[in-house]
Amino acid sequence: MIDTAGFWTLTILLGIGTFLIRFSFLGLLGGRQLPDRVLLYLRYVGAAVFPALFMPLLVWPEATGGTPDPARLIAGLAAFAAGLRLGVIWAIVAGMGALYLMQFLFA
Amino acid sequence: MTPRQAFWRGYLDCAPFIVIVVPYSMLFGVVARDAGLDLLQTMSMTVLVIAGASQFTALALLQDQAPVFIALLAALAVNLRMAMYSAALVPHVGHARLGTRALMAYLMVDQAFAVAVRTYEDHPDMPQSTKVAYYFGCMMLICPVWYGFTLVGALVGQAIPASFSLDFAVPVCFIALTAPLLRSAPHVIAAFVAGGAALAFAWVPWSLGLIIAALMGVFAGGQSELYLTRRRERLGA
Repeated sequence: MIDTAGFWTLTILLGIGTFLIRFSFLGLLGGRQLPDRVLLYLRYVGAAVFPALFMPLLVWPEATGGTPDPARLIAGLAAFAAGLRLGVIWAIVAGMGALYLMQFLFA
Repeated sequence: MTPRQAFWRGYLDCAPFIVIVVPYSMLFGVVARDAGLDLLQTMSMTVLVIAGASQFTALALLQDQAPVFIALLAALAVNLRMAMYSAALVPHVGHARLGTRALMAYLMVDQAFAVAVRTYEDHPDMPQSTKVAYYFGCMMLICPVWYGFTLVGALVGQAIPASFSLDFAVPVCFIALTAPLLRSAPHVIAAFVAGGAALAFAWVPWSLGLIIAALMGVFAGGQSELYLTRRRERLGA
């Protein structure tokens, strides 16, 4: 059971803290012109953060208790290839589709 | 493009992610009710935080009877990546009024950030007011769906069968976000360095491995661009 007072403390502080993280640079720097050197690095935020998010989930899925799952790895590759060639929606379709297909074939 | 058109463009460009956000937010509703939260608690968390991964983290730790302070820090660490999004948005929408920026901060989610930044880079001549409208178009699609389907999940309360492998929707979503961002060699290098480092630093507590890996990727991408630019200049000179 989750204790009610603890829940509300956590939720309110997490809401405030998450907002402050999101507001941080956008809020404090505002329209200020950033140095070129900083702009250079900022261009790579997306390309770096998303692979860092999905790689551990892909290689050590929680659903298999953290052991690498060939079906998920192949489905991940399929999603990536479809994403590069065809776009976002096809990446999702190819990824989930490939996983379902392999689970159907090898179940 | 007028701001109104930009808003609807953003709305449509984010539409594919609905297929991920719907089951994921429903899952949160179901898991929260299973953990013993009532409807008001479930919805309050979703509306106040709107950051799925950190909500799941906080909930799991509370259920394990972890101290509130620990659950809070762990969940905040999961959201720390968004400080990087916040910085990356400054050159594009930083000129907006303070209240507008506060609203943009509240609505900042992964999918919409990725879609917006990609569009800004594809259209460097986009006027700033149009960029703001586009941003809100992206967020206006994702956020109501996130609230709405958390509510559906909490009301239906029916566990989604494990055979649907919904856990896999999360990495697939981030793969789909990554692929279109790999527009140049430095972007590819940034992605590979960050992905590899995320595995190497997965043991670091508090999800801080993610932050270390992301910073390494950003640095690698920036350095590669510098190197390529200098080489071009040398060869050209």
